[in-house]
Amino acid sequence: MSSLQSYLLLSALLFSIGLAGALTRRNAILVLIGIELMLNSANLNFIAFWRYGPAPAKLTGIMFAIFSISVAAAEAAVGLAIILAAYRHSKTTDLDQMNSLKG
Amino acid sequence: MTVTFLILAVITVAGTAAAMGLRNAVHCVLALTVGFAGVAAIYLQLDAQFVGLTQIMVYVGAVAILAVFAIMMTHTPLPAKPPTYSSFWLLGSVVAAAVFAVLAWAICSSAASTQGLPPEPEVSVQQIGDALMHQFVLPLEIMGLLLTAALIGAVVIAMDRREETK
Repeated sequence: MSSLQSYLLLSALLFSIGLAGALTRRNAILVLIGIELMLNSANLNFIAFWRYGPAPAKLTGIMFAIFSISVAAAEAAVGLAIILAAYRHSKTTDLDQMNSLKG
Repeated sequence: MTVTFLILAVITVAGTAAAMGLRNAVHCVLALTVGFAGVAAIYLQLDAQFVGLTQIMVYVGAVAILAVFAIMMTHTPLPAKPPTYSSFWLLGSVVAAAVFAVLAWAICSSAASTQGLPPEPEVSVQQIGDALMHQFVLPLEIMGLLLTAALIGAVVIAMDRREETK
């Protein structure tokens, strides 16, 4: 097994762990954290492909990762603010109880 | 695949799996910082020092603290502990396992992922700053605008408006 392959497999594993958490947890904050984990695994792919790519001196992978980290930080701040607003509205962060749109 | 990578991978996967599996939400965030730090160490191992340190500052420093604050502000002392997992946790786990199986199959059967390690690139922080200020200056400005909008938006959304209406 080559090295790039092991990094990609680790990234896929992180993505699946984040996806499992986002799909199965009931706490809205932990669902958001699962989404952060999925973004992190995408960043790991960017860096791994940059390191093993043909032109690492061009810095494209690093730039992608930096901008992706910034977007993830903005997403986390807005997401947690939305969770706080929803908590103030419904007095819970339990996603199974936030079902007022259910038909 | 080196011993260093194996150790870091085990730490990262253990931290993130604990973050998604533990019952107490605060313990989850603490385990998550371990996972984020492991990813940062893997960046450092891949010779991306700037991204590794950014990862530590943004994720371990900021996002984890934000999550802890959000958990603290939404904490409700309940007499009975609610179930940790959603009602369709089995379906979610199966979907996640299927996604991992497909990704692993694609990675293992790809010809692009079998090449060896190229020589270590010489990347200094000065080069990254030069690139940010010349080639990527427009994305940088847009990112600044996005972060400002996100900051204001987060404050506006999370603000308690009941005080104003009194």
